[in-house]
Amino acid sequence: MAAPMLRWCCPVRRWALACIDGGSRYGRGAATGCTSSGKRGQSSVAQQPRITAQKPRKGEHEWAAVVGLEIHAQISSNSKLFSGSQVHFTAPPNSLVSFFDASLPGTLPVLNRRCVEAAVMTGLALNCRINKKSLFDRKHYFYADLPAGYQITQQRLPIAVNGSMVYGVCVGKKRSQVINKTVRVKQIQLEQDSGKSLHDDLRSQTLIDLNRAGVGLLEVVLEPDMSCGEEAATAVRELQLILQALGTSQANMAEGQLRVDANISVHHPGEPLGIRTEVKNLNSARFLAKAIDYEIQRQINELENGGEILNETRSFDYKLGCTVPMRDKEGKQDYRFMPEPNLPPLLLYDAESLPTAADLQQVINIDQIREQLPELPSVTREKLVQRYGMLPEHSFALLNEVGLLEFFQNVIKETRAEPKKVTSWVLNTFLGFLKQQNLAVSESPVTPSALAELLNLLDRKAISSSAAKQVFEELWRSKGKTPAQIVSEKKLELMQDQEALEQLCHAVMEGHPQVVTDVKKGNPRAINKLIGLVRKATLSRADPTVIKEILEKKLSSGDVSGPSARGRTVQP
Amino acid sequence: MALVSAALKQGQITPTELCQKCLSLIKKTKFLNAYITVSEEVALKQAEESEKRYKQGHSLGDLDGIPVAVKDNFSTAGIETTCASNMLKGYVPPYNATVVQKLLDQGALLMGKTNLDEFAMGCLASLLRLRSGSTDGVFGPVKNPWSYSKQYREKKKQKSHDENEDSNWLITGGSSGGSAAAVSAFTCFAALGSDTGGSTRNPAAHCGLVGLKPSYGLVSRHGLIPLVNSMDVPGILTRCVDDAAIVLGVLAGHDPKDSTTIQDPVKPFMLSSLTDVSKLCVGIPKEYLTPELSSEIRSLWSKAANLFESEGAKVIEVSLPHTSYSIVCYHVLCTSEVASNMARFDGLEYGHRCDIDVSTEAMYAATRREGFNDVILEVLLNTLFKPFTVIVVNYENYFVKAQKVRRLIANDFVNVFNSGVDVLLTPTTLSEAVPYTEFIKEDNRTRSAQDDIFTQAVNMAGLPAVSVPTALSHQGLPIGLQFIGRAFCDQQLLTVAKWFEKQVQFPVIQIQELMDNCSSVFENEKLASVTLKQ
Repeated sequence: MAAPMLRWCCPVRRWALACIDGGSRYGRGAATGCTSSGKRGQSSVAQQPRITAQKPRKGEHEWAAVVGLEIHAQISSNSKLFSGSQVHFTAPPNSLVSFFDASLPGTLPVLNRRCVEAAVMTGLALNCRINKKSLFDRKHYFYADLPAGYQITQQRLPIAVNGSMVYGVCVGKKRSQVINKTVRVKQIQLEQDSGKSLHDDLRSQTLIDLNRAGVGLLEVVLEPDMSCGEEAATAVRELQLILQALGTSQANMAEGQLRVDANISVHHPGEPLGIRTEVKNLNSARFLAKAIDYEIQRQINELENGGEILNETRSFDYKLGCTVPMRDKEGKQDYRFMPEPNLPPLLLYDAESLPTAADLQQVINIDQIREQLPELPSVTREKLVQRYGMLPEHSFALLNEVGLLEFFQNVIKETRAEPKKVTSWVLNTFLGFLKQQNLAVSESPVTPSALAELLNLLDRKAISSSAAKQVFEELWRSKGKTPAQIVSEKKLELMQDQEALEQLCHAVMEGHPQVVTDVKKGNPRAINKLIGLVRKATLSRADPTVIKEILEKKLSSGDVSGPSARGRTVQP
Repeated sequence: MALVSAALKQGQITPTELCQKCLSLIKKTKFLNAYITVSEEVALKQAEESEKRYKQGHSLGDLDGIPVAVKDNFSTAGIETTCASNMLKGYVPPYNATVVQKLLDQGALLMGKTNLDEFAMGCLASLLRLRSGSTDGVFGPVKNPWSYSKQYREKKKQKSHDENEDSNWLITGGSSGGSAAAVSAFTCFAALGSDTGGSTRNPAAHCGLVGLKPSYGLVSRHGLIPLVNSMDVPGILTRCVDDAAIVLGVLAGHDPKDSTTIQDPVKPFMLSSLTDVSKLCVGIPKEYLTPELSSEIRSLWSKAANLFESEGAKVIEVSLPHTSYSIVCYHVLCTSEVASNMARFDGLEYGHRCDIDVSTEAMYAATRREGFNDVILEVLLNTLFKPFTVIVVNYENYFVKAQKVRRLIANDFVNVFNSGVDVLLTPTTLSEAVPYTEFIKEDNRTRSAQDDIFTQAVNMAGLPAVSVPTALSHQGLPIGLQFIGRAFCDQQLLTVAKWFEKQVQFPVIQIQELMDNCSSVFENEKLASVTLKQ
């Protein structure tokens, strides 16, 4: 194990060194500067700056990357897949371990109905064919957190197969356009989670926590229909939303309820697929795309430099930002799959095949679960687009943030403002504030009603939109105040007095004859300057459109003219 | 058992007296090595409670106050469960196997845990050219009580004057040899064995007992430390068919902890006395007439067939054409499942753990080397730890093929039963019990593997089968014949067995005086066992 470890760790280190000594530390005697292109054939990938591969030179083939995903989602259930132990993320170590979980000899698995229902539900939501008969298998490997020496999974005949999932990817210069992509779902299988190993390097001990051992997992296998880290990350995000909508998994990546392995290869378009590597344990949304893109780039570099890709398992080093080969259990090995003899085939029924005398506690009816399917994110988004005339990308944005859609809907309920206005306020102002302070929607100091009231004020033209921004900032800062209170405290209401406003306009025009002349000469932008000046004079409390109307009226009537007015300035 | 149960009810004997009697017999027959653990205190306490129940007039049933023994591969809460392996030495399960719990719930007294081949691997060991026949556990071999029976000794004296006759004791057969010896030597009334390829029926035949392997799925395996999950069944060893039926009646039924048990409710077992066999169709599988079958058993087998025919039953020759593939198939399925089941014995959670702490891998390796015997190590080496190059390609290949063959074997039986046959009549073993000295001399692979030929196919097909003691051989040793029934027709099977038992009138083992006078045996046995452990 030591040899491959060394061999494959080196490039990583060399990358870090490349900018200092050109990677010659491990080079072949050439200690000077960057490696010449003549040596490219024999030099390793590490000696080439990354940039070369990103911009293929003319005449070189283009590369296409192929990414497939295996996603493990912890099933949201009270007890484990095959035992009655409870499932809790924060319980003290080894407090949720049954005899079966500890693999005491003679204990047998008993399938948890809830987990099967969750798998069927997820399968239906992902347009899968549900297998009315599925089987369980043992997958063998030795690792301390797998007490039985094997994991019970569904290798031969999984519970759901041949599905598809549509996800939206942002494209365009501003990434403001959404296009739909489809990824095929190869299969969904039920399997057990393993325990956790905690390595104490100081005392060279390994501590095992079996709380997680035996928790039900849905392994969702996505076919290699994706081509970059962003696509993969978006697909995972969509799956996460679906699982959360179904309630089949909390799918919280930070708590390890959603874990992703990516299979990655590169090839020239039109040629057969390349050898793939597997990057394991991508357990953070942030690093998922990074790791995949890194690995794609690494493979391209490797191949362009005459190297070859090994069919190996790698992990992503968050600190170094690169993938490194793994040396332990997940290395290339034979799992010696065999049927799990202690579990009979899992039989599911539909309304048609349901035996008449069946004990309803013992059978699962696919059609019944289909009827119970909640609204899926794609439908929710479509409805938003139709109902509120919102852009598709806005519907995505609303769903992507936990709780944001609910917030939006609550605002809509209480305000007369246009949905487009609400969308803009929620997605730009509100979400912007949240992001800036790294808060979740649930932690927002501004309630939906407060925002609704603010938008009502704006809609009534009681305040200007810039005043509205001020009010919002104030709302954010001082919890408990209503927008109306803030408006009156800060005297932010719009000037409703037409006469006063007309006087102000008059004064500004008098005070800036040059600008007035510009307007009259036909400079269309000049009027905006006047509007700005008037607004400033009103402390931003006047509606610019009203100001514009007044100004235009006055300008066309020739109310103010010529240099005669010069010298009469108005102090607002 | 019916007699003693009646005596308990009438107060002619108290559970405590009965328990003490059995305990003293256990002590007297210690040289048989039938028990690994004698749970004297537990049994006496249970007897006391049973006695209270009898006094208050509400006993729990036929098994209340009846001493039983349990093979040491069934989990017993608070009582060490070793599987006769160093790997599990010192392992005290925190729970009872379902079958054990059911016996206790009926008021049975648990006398102790009986000896076996390591992990009950009797049959597999033979396939790998290694010793077995309940001679293979770390607690030493089990001795067949018939070695010391009047019937055997007298015949033996007539033939020769063996100077070293005490060490020339007979094997029990495996792997539930301890359970068989315990029942045969009167130390208990019934014992649980396990049956993966004949492990209950084989020792039952050698020890002159009824050995029942119920249908797969009728009796819970929860708490039975598995050898081959898809073939293991808790077995029942008793001195008569009625006793086996009573115990099966208690054990049978769905267990929520074992998903492979039948869902349908099981009706209580009431064995009617069959008076008329004229409507019965008995099948005689022609493939079971192998050259290795001893002539004595062969003639007994045909006598039995004649008996049925003469009493009006229809007796026909049937064919189970895939019988000859059964051994290879069994081997492949066994090794894969065994290897898988042994994977959990890594010394981390329970059982033996070696002191080496260089690395987890090193600890695993050393733990297994110290914990397992040669048979298991060989199985593991052949499967788990082999580099993945060659063997793996074949692994799935073999396994899938073996499963197909298994289906063919099962179909053979289905076809026969569909043709109108009610039960099959076959021998249980190729020969009667052999002396240990002979047994270890021999190359047992062929012989022992063949020995399973009558029993192992039944496990692959999941059918019920029972070995019934039929007659004594010329040497004065028991010979059993086997009945095989339709899946889940255990009751019908036992009814036929009961009728047969009544016809053959198998003699009771006569070892009383020997047990009373066994001090000399003790001395010699100690010597013998020391040398044998080498």
